[in-house]
Amino acid sequence: MKKISAEVNGKKITKEVPDHTLLSVFLRDILNLTGTHVGCDTSQCGACVVHVDGKSIKSCTAFAADVNGSRITTIEGITKNGKMHPMQEAFKKLHGLQCGFCTPGMVMSAIDLLQNNKKPSDVEIREWLEGNICRCTGYQNIVAAVKEAASKM
Amino acid sequence: MKTFNYHSAKDVKEASKLSSSSSAFLAGGMTTIPSIKLGLASYRDIIDIKGIKSLSGIKVSGKSIKIGATTKHVEVANSKDVKKAIPSLAVLAEGIGDPQVRNRGTIGGSIANNDPSADYPSACIALNAVIHTNSRKIEAEKFFKGMFETSLKSGEIIEAIEFSIPEKSNYQKYPNPASRYAVVGVYVAKHKSEVNVAVTGAKSCVYNDKDLAKALSSNFSSSAVDAVRISSSGMNSDIHASGEYRANMVKVFAKKAVEAC
Ligand SMILES: Cc1cc2nc3c(=O)[nH]c(=O)nc-3n(C[C@H](O)[C@H](O)[C@H](O)COP(=O)(O)OP(=O)(O)OC[C@H]3O[C@@H](n4cnc5c(N)ncnc54)[C@H](O)[C@@H]3O)c2cc1C
Ligand code: FES
Ligand code: FES
Repeated sequence: MKKISAEVNGKKITKEVPDHTLLSVFLRDILNLTGTHVGCDTSQCGACVVHVDGKSIKSCTAFAADVNGSRITTIEGITKNGKMHPMQEAFKKLHGLQCGFCTPGMVMSAIDLLQNNKKPSDVEIREWLEGNICRCTGYQNIVAAVKEAASKM
Repeated sequence: MKTFNYHSAKDVKEASKLSSSSSAFLAGGMTTIPSIKLGLASYRDIIDIKGIKSLSGIKVSGKSIKIGATTKHVEVANSKDVKKAIPSLAVLAEGIGDPQVRNRGTIGGSIANNDPSADYPSACIALNAVIHTNSRKIEAEKFFKGMFETSLKSGEIIEAIEFSIPEKSNYQKYPNPASRYAVVGVYVAKHKSEVNVAVTGAKSCVYNDKDLAKALSSNFSSSAVDAVRISSSGMNSDIHASGEYRANMVKVFAKKAVEAC
């Protein structure tokens, strides 16, 4: 067992978990933060993307123990006082989602893009979202939503 | 998933001491974690080396650039020093996987794993890299032994990879559309007294194509590539590309790389 202390969505938490606990399992099953989705579970689809110390990573391919002491932000942590994040607003407004399964990962990944590049082009958005797979939208509206959010943020 | 004991090593000595025949080091975890999940590997101990400060960072000195083993792909891709000294190396790092893989995956993990389609092994061969471990220095030519096989001994830890700065260089690859691993990748580097043409993705292990290297050493132009015949024997053949296709791609990319140098 390992004692994990981390700051998750602004709250300090400490939990004791088996050594092999994945970050995705830690978030979903132990902290009940089920907004982070698990699609492929093999680092291909990006549904599980969260931020660790401000950078996007795939939570299915990290252990809770190896992000011990970090600051973690999940999709639940980006709303402020019940108000959607501009990226969420843009996805909603422009239909950047259909079933919504890929959306938490898309949104977290796209927010990281805008931290690195404030005004990305369509090509840059598509390249950045290389690790996020969507089976519904055909990506057009996702790209449009990221552009819209970039203009608002 | 199979259980194991997780350790976070504070220095190289401790990491090496903890290692055994049933342990793995955890750098980016981008290979180790999926292999455990898929049942391809199981370990008694996982030794996290990310926290060891001396293993990370980029240093340029006159003729070479030394990159710490746990330096992440994103750090190489964005490094001003790498972009200035060996721009093709920054481009290679930027082309690995996706942003989340680049935020975690490390150069040391990539070469220790020696995937036949990985990008970095080709840079090591083309740029006459020296692999610094906790016990010795290994030339890249002697480091990559075969498919997923290197000359690392059990418990040996890569500390840094030192690349020679070439006069000119360029890396071209055809990425697998899903993973971005190289279906074929060709890294051409022109050094003062020689040219290397490192090929990844085409065979079971990265190699320096001696015929192309020789032709380009005497005449560094894309027309010199035309005269070289690339045999498809020993080339990988799978759903992505046949051996013949790969052999042709080696030539096409060698020409493109020379032209872009
Ligand atoms: C979806 C996806 C896409 C990818 N696309 C590409 C791509 O396009 N091109 C490409 O080249 N790669 C690609 N990769 C591989 C990735 O870039 C990593 O470099 C690679 O998985 C291993 O690095 P790591 O730091 O994650 O190593 P880990 O998984 O932590 O370790 C891998 C192995 O290396 C050993 N090891 C690690 N560090 C050291 C050290 N310092 N000394 C000795 N042994 C060590 C470990 O014991 C282990 O056996 C991809 C991976 C994924 C998951
Ligand atoms: S669930 Fe993590 S990448 Fe698919
Ligand atoms: S909205 Fe259904 S997978 Fe993207």
